[in-house]
Amino acid sequence: MIQNRTKDHAALAEDFIKDEKRVDWHDGALWWIRQKRDKVAKQIPEWEDLREAASLIKSNVLSNLHDYLLQFEANATKNGIKVHWAADAKEHNEIVYSILKAKEIKQMVKSKSMLTEECHLNEYLLERGIEVVNSDLGEYIQQLAKEPPSHIVLPCIHKRKEEIGELFHEHLGSEKGESDPTILTRTARKHLRDVFLTRRGALTGVNFAVAETGEFVVCTNEGNADMGAHLSDVHIASMGIEKLIPQKKHLGVFLRLLARSATGQPITIYSSHFKKPRQGQEMHIILVDHGRSRQLGRVDFRNSLKCIRCGACMNTCPVYRKSGGHSYHNTIAGPIGAILAPNLDMKKHADLPFASTLCGSCSNVCPVKIDIHDQLYKWRQVIVKEGYVAKTKTIGMKAMAWTLSSPDSYTAAGKVGRWVLKNTPFAVNNKLNPWYKQRDMPGAPKESFEEWYAKNDLKGKS
Amino acid sequence: MSSKEKILAAVLENQPQLTPLPDIGIFKGKDQDIVQKYSDTFTSIGGRVFLVDGIAAVKAIIIEQFDINKRIITTLPQLDDTAELYSSRVDPHTFDDVELAVIKAQLAVAENGAVWLTEQLMGQRILPYICQHLAVIVSAESFVPTMHEAYTHLGVGQYGFGAFIGGPSKTADIEQSLVMGAHGPITMTVFVLKENINGQE
Repeated sequence: MIQNRTKDHAALAEDFIKDEKRVDWHDGALWWIRQKRDKVAKQIPEWEDLREAASLIKSNVLSNLHDYLLQFEANATKNGIKVHWAADAKEHNEIVYSILKAKEIKQMVKSKSMLTEECHLNEYLLERGIEVVNSDLGEYIQQLAKEPPSHIVLPCIHKRKEEIGELFHEHLGSEKGESDPTILTRTARKHLRDVFLTRRGALTGVNFAVAETGEFVVCTNEGNADMGAHLSDVHIASMGIEKLIPQKKHLGVFLRLLARSATGQPITIYSSHFKKPRQGQEMHIILVDHGRSRQLGRVDFRNSLKCIRCGACMNTCPVYRKSGGHSYHNTIAGPIGAILAPNLDMKKHADLPFASTLCGSCSNVCPVKIDIHDQLYKWRQVIVKEGYVAKTKTIGMKAMAWTLSSPDSYTAAGKVGRWVLKNTPFAVNNKLNPWYKQRDMPGAPKESFEEWYAKNDLKGKS
Repeated sequence: MSSKEKILAAVLENQPQLTPLPDIGIFKGKDQDIVQKYSDTFTSIGGRVFLVDGIAAVKAIIIEQFDINKRIITTLPQLDDTAELYSSRVDPHTFDDVELAVIKAQLAVAENGAVWLTEQLMGQRILPYICQHLAVIVSAESFVPTMHEAYTHLGVGQYGFGAFIGGPSKTADIEQSLVMGAHGPITMTVFVLKENINGQE
């Protein structure tokens, strides 16, 4: 599942848009979800106040994270949960492995956890002889396809049902050519039920962890986290340290916002509150930093840590909808991924903050009011300053800065431009000009505004 | 330095100045027609709601709506002539063949159709998830308008595990086509018990 890192967002998007019918479907499906979100949000008169409250609660969390982490650890420990701390992905994976190894567990079932995707846990465990099955249907499909998820909430939104039918035929022995979603879902249900019943180890993600009570909440629609956890001898929950909330009552605010923002549902079908292990069961929580404390120190970008992973910014983003999640070559795609990723590896993800029109739609739908498009703009400044921007872009920007720096150079450049567009259009309408891709160059006006203005001498007439 | 110390030191170093928590006491729902609102919401999610006078009516509907030749399990002693009483001692895997589980919920939330169940009410944690069909009984007095009232009612709570369940298990992962019964129950039925109503509709 290692992604293609030799291509940047633009090149990967170019691959995706080759299949026009797929892009149109992808675009339409995500926009439909965005509209469902709008519809349910409008049914709640206090929606905007809820967003504001959620944002302020998360501000408080970030400003007092040190104490909340200790409070959570103390309460979770009191509840009989074993708490671990992992500075990075490597340490997280080692902890998971050591827990499984101590119990001689060779097979684990996992519910959706973007953090473990970020840590490449499955690959790590597989190398050590432990097989992991992703139990969220979309993630299961992606695992069969040997691809990472392309969306944090809708992992296989880029796939058509016929492709899924083909995968199931190959791996699960379903009828060739079967593409009915209900029949395919039943096929997976049968296979995954067997997985749930035979796995002694289960790993889940965490949506919210409550400092006050030491419990954690996992939200799913399928019930896969519960099927795994309640049948296992060992339940491991992996969470980023920013997932904490101060008090249990704050769950009311976040659970009202999460599913409505994500898919337009009033709440996810299951919101499970894990406080103590089942009799005879072991329960572990791994608190993972992996760059989060660093992001906390970046004044302009720390608010990205408020994210509750609803995916609304992806569903609304005109670039995401047309370029597909894989074009972001990062576990978390879309606008939020583009402001989180440069913190982890600025060089590798230097292209992502540029994969945006800065239209601001992401910030408008974000349930915790992250200033996503402002951060995208600010990351661009940082990335250029650090020298991670592509040479062509730098040269272009420098030329533009020089042109706009004096009236004479601006006038001269205008003249040249008009002459070129009129007399030698082939000089700009070619592959060497990135702007020409998917666009037609405009027709050249006969004269500039300045020339027209001088000729008509409007000043004298008025 | 341990990882814990390292993480905590970095967090302390980088966290901004303390900002206050907002007052969320301002969020309140309306109590009017609360059962009806619940019923409308839950039905739109794909659940079924029955308003019933008492346990006898629940039994009659179970017999009519479900295959009683299959394994039906309950946590309610009042239903022991219709269903098998659960055991807290058996291995949770043995519930794999349960067709219908009938359990009691502590409260129901009108705005989203969810009911709140604790481990004590579930009997075993796995029961409401592993069954093919789930039926929940909730008293008409136990309805709240929004999640805010729900959490106020619950308080800190004495449970090892608790959950809001708001419908049958579902997925739309294949081309956004909604399919009920992803892993858990294919249907969910809520019985609203009017028995203990005191002057409420």
